[in-house]
Amino acid sequence: MPMNPTRKRRLTIVLAILAAAAVAAVLVVLALQNNMNYLLTPSQVQSGEAAGYKTFRLGGMVKAGSIQRSGDSLKVTFTVVDAGGAMPVEYTGILPDLFRDNQSVIATGHMDGARFVATEVLAKHDETYMPKELKDAMAKAHEGKQIKEAGNGESGMENR
Amino acid sequence: MTPELGQLALILAMLLALAQSILPLVGAWRGNRALMAVARPAAAGQAVFVAMAFAILAWAFLRFDFSVQYVADNSNLALPWYYRFAAVWGAHEGSLLLWILILNVWTVALAAFSQKLPEVFASRVIAVMGLIAVGFLAFIIFTSNPFGRLLPMPGDGADLNPVLQDPGMTMHPPMLYMGYVGFSVAFAFSVAALLGGELEQAWVRWARPWTNLAWAFLTCGIVAGSWWAYAELGWGGWWFWDPVENASFMPWLVGVALIHAQAVTEKRGSLRAWTILLSIFAFSLSLLGTFLVRSGVLTSVHAFASDPRRGVFILAFLTIVVGGSLLLYALRAPKVLGGKPFQVVSRETALLISNLMFAVAAAMVLLGTLFPLIGDALNLGRISVGPPYFGFLFPLLMLPVVLLLPFGPFLRWGKGDMPVLKQLLLRAGIAAAACAIVAAFLVDSQPKAIAGMAALVWLVVGVLLYALKRWREMPRGRRYPAEMAGMLLAHLGVGIFVAGVLLSESLSVTRDVRMAPGEAQRIGSYDFRFDGVHHTTGPNWTADQGTVTVTRSDKTIAVMHPQKRTYPRGQVQTESAVDAGVTRDLYVALGEPMDANDIEGAWALRLYYKPFVRWIWAGGLLMMLGGLVCATDKRFRLKRSAGAETGTHAADGPLAQEARA
Repeated sequence: MPMNPTRKRRLTIVLAILAAAAVAAVLVVLALQNNMNYLLTPSQVQSGEAAGYKTFRLGGMVKAGSIQRSGDSLKVTFTVVDAGGAMPVEYTGILPDLFRDNQSVIATGHMDGARFVATEVLAKHDETYMPKELKDAMAKAHEGKQIKEAGNGESGMENR
Repeated sequence: MTPELGQLALILAMLLALAQSILPLVGAWRGNRALMAVARPAAAGQAVFVAMAFAILAWAFLRFDFSVQYVADNSNLALPWYYRFAAVWGAHEGSLLLWILILNVWTVALAAFSQKLPEVFASRVIAVMGLIAVGFLAFIIFTSNPFGRLLPMPGDGADLNPVLQDPGMTMHPPMLYMGYVGFSVAFAFSVAALLGGELEQAWVRWARPWTNLAWAFLTCGIVAGSWWAYAELGWGGWWFWDPVENASFMPWLVGVALIHAQAVTEKRGSLRAWTILLSIFAFSLSLLGTFLVRSGVLTSVHAFASDPRRGVFILAFLTIVVGGSLLLYALRAPKVLGGKPFQVVSRETALLISNLMFAVAAAMVLLGTLFPLIGDALNLGRISVGPPYFGFLFPLLMLPVVLLLPFGPFLRWGKGDMPVLKQLLLRAGIAAAACAIVAAFLVDSQPKAIAGMAALVWLVVGVLLYALKRWREMPRGRRYPAEMAGMLLAHLGVGIFVAGVLLSESLSVTRDVRMAPGEAQRIGSYDFRFDGVHHTTGPNWTADQGTVTVTRSDKTIAVMHPQKRTYPRGQVQTESAVDAGVTRDLYVALGEPMDANDIEGAWALRLYYKPFVRWIWAGGLLMMLGGLVCATDKRFRLKRSAGAETGTHAADGPLAQEARA
């Protein structure tokens, strides 16, 4: 088949696109594998779903009255609850402005024994906003278990 | 009564938008000039009614009409008038009204400046703009009415979200929307070209300044947003790869590709189909951005509370726009192909490579941003993709762009010659390597910082060498036409930006510390002394205000006043204090008092030393300036009736000279 300039140019373009796509696909899969973060609620963690993830995100409500600051460093401990579970969290650093009792938060970090050590804590800018994935996660955790106690998480969600 | 008039104005605007879209399309199809002539007056009428609705809402805010639900939700008696005005677009309903107002500004400008385009084509373009307006007006009228009443009328309103009470934030949405909506012009052009089955180079030339302008506004909006996140959120970061940031970044990336692809199509006639596809994608991603921010399907720091009906509406609209235009593309694109052949070493190839890299980068960001949705659909669990994914892939994709950028202008259209390139490689390469070696001693062998210095020198020397070449080889007055000057400025901006990113990322020092009054911390050669916190008040807030004195070898550099503000409804907002400089920023944010009952005691403080961070925004602003300057080029204005000018003639006119340059 004769290679006229147009055909040659098209072939070059197609090959370039294919090569770029192949390289990109490989890298994307690689990067995705290393950087996927799962969001789990305290009850899911307690039922063992966190096993196998080194780093994950813990989502739930800050239990009222659980925030304890250390007197001489920036270490803070608090408890994150959902409808059926509670998880103590430890964090060293400055907490976001909207962090407070009954606020929905997402903490990124890892388990250290029975407590969760957070490297980052996010609270939401819009105080009526609750992340959809967190709402879903909490609804799902809800389905699995009977609500034994109306946790603080529930009262926090009611005013939405 | 007046708010109902606003509602009525919106309904009338929608009826006019329907007339503006349907009648001219039918007219263009049947060759009926009377129907085509409806396009411009209808567009003008729509703009008048939309402007009226916007003015009525702004007026309601300015005179505290809390009987309007939206006004009562987003302002109160203590809010200063300028934030009350900005509150018009402070939440969902009003920001959509701003969107549609800006769409009308673009449409009216388009209608006014398109007199010299062939009538059939111009009326199709305006009609497509009308279709977009119909979609958005229906969205406002049926799901997001800003004029809904709240009865009985409350004595005072709630509040504008405190994070939005900042000058940077009042500018951010209008600029961003100018960019988003501006891509609708290129989109309308492409759809009109597909409908007509032909795309003349003269039309692409005419469309170019619009794309440049839209892209410049988008750049400005992103820079303002990034600056706001830096100054206002108290984290000292300038980019977080948050879904909402990505939403504005994707159309920007495709916009970069589009600007360059349009240049190729306009000058050489090549890559027509690609240019059309890119303009469809740029606008679709703008719509997707609106959808992502407004629907709340993704978890984001910036997300707003939302109503699922709205998400469904935007999703349906998005499907119609993307699906419809891609279908049209599939059916008609083969008709508009054409252009001149080019060899492997040529300016076309260089632009094509950069185009591919930007398109792939946009796809990569899209995948990372939507991955939580995909994971949800495939039942993989609730996943999010962390910033390292973007942080790893994006620089990798941009590396070839940065390396190739200086070569682009040196290459000729069609066929480039190697010796010039080798010379450039040698000169700019040696300069970059030399500076990198020198830098290695200055920055403690931080690889990122060294790479930053090398990239800066490589890009800047490359651009300057080309500017010098033009100076030597071209006669006075023809050296730097606006298009050329704009390109040089934008490319310089890339250099400044890359240097800013790499240097500030690698050399920044962040310290979260507990400080009692009188205590000091040393960062680099700066001493930060904490002088305690006292109470202060503003127009609509009270604050704990700290005093931090920064000294350097006993000379006072700055006295900084970071604040922790409390707004009427109890929302807390950190106001960081920044001492700006060309080579470094000093940045202090207040955390919390160690003992909540004793604000005069010790506090948690966040101290930053951020070298060259300002270069990031300076680079962005240079790129924006480049886009604006480029758009002013006289060559882009239609001189003759474009109908008389055929594609081939256009390419042989001023373009061929450009190609020889």
